[in-house]
Amino acid sequence: MRALALALFLLAGPAFAISDPSEMLPDPKQEARAEQIGSQLRCLVCQNESIENSGADLARDLRKIVRQRVVAGDSDRQIVDWMVARYGNFVRLRPPFDATTALLWGSPLIALLAAGGIVMAGRQRRDEAAPRALDSAEQAKLRTLLEQ
Amino acid sequence: MTRRRLLLLAPLGATVLAGGAFFAMLVRMTQGKFDPRGVPSMIIDKPVPPFDLPDESGAKLTNADLATGRPVLVNFFASWCEPCVEEAPVLMQMKQRGVPIYGIAYKDKPNATLGFLRGHGNPYARIAMDEPGRVAIDWGLYGVPESYLIDGQGIVRWRYVGPLTADVATTQVAGLMRKFA
Repeated sequence: MRALALALFLLAGPAFAISDPSEMLPDPKQEARAEQIGSQLRCLVCQNESIENSGADLARDLRKIVRQRVVAGDSDRQIVDWMVARYGNFVRLRPPFDATTALLWGSPLIALLAAGGIVMAGRQRRDEAAPRALDSAEQAKLRTLLEQ
Repeated sequence: MTRRRLLLLAPLGATVLAGGAFFAMLVRMTQGKFDPRGVPSMIIDKPVPPFDLPDESGAKLTNADLATGRPVLVNFFASWCEPCVEEAPVLMQMKQRGVPIYGIAYKDKPNATLGFLRGHGNPYARIAMDEPGRVAIDWGLYGVPESYLIDGQGIVRWRYVGPLTADVATTQVAGLMRKFA
């Protein structure tokens, strides 16, 4: 039993990109395009893998559809839109910039502005804290004090 | 002084806000209103995606058959799907309460589907055989079981991912059946 488990473990191997030759398009150019499109699409079952990397059944079906549409002459945009119409923007591993993702895409800028604001506030306070130069009357007073 | 107070209060305010939002998310998760892993359905309030599949007897079953003038439940299932076994008695109860249920067998051999129904009961008015699983993709399905409520005009009104529970059946589905009756 243990030997069988070990054998299965060794046979399994790491799950690299799916490269079942029967799935690939005969034209290497078309296949490269299909892989490029597929790598931007999320596998809905495993969620953090692209459909090109996933072993799930649904991912295989979606890979097949991407290839059918590449052969049919659809543009990259049309193929992604086809997927988005069914699974929403969630299917895109790289979310587009729109009203719901504005905060997400804007977060680096927001962080930068906030940090800039804090630095500016700190600097202003330091400027205020710096003592002003003595005027002539104070200088004269200081001199008499030091001479005593 | 006011600036210093502001600088002190800003992070505190941000923390309270983030904590409040996080708490609201947790509450919604426990109530089943929010699923962080859920894929939102794109067909809510839209007509059923057109399909044309064979039913269990080899006759045609199309999207037009789902617009019956009263709400129906559509349930995607498969004989190889374990949560579907768990769901089977809930569907049978709903059938007894008069909910019309249409089944779509996802990526399943017709013989295996029929065997599953013999073993666990058949709650379905009719069953479409989506052996290639291609129609399911048009619905935005990403697992079985998934259930949809279709109103009398054939508009999708509700989607539920995972096995229906007795609680979901008596609260949500019953309410929707009344709402769209």
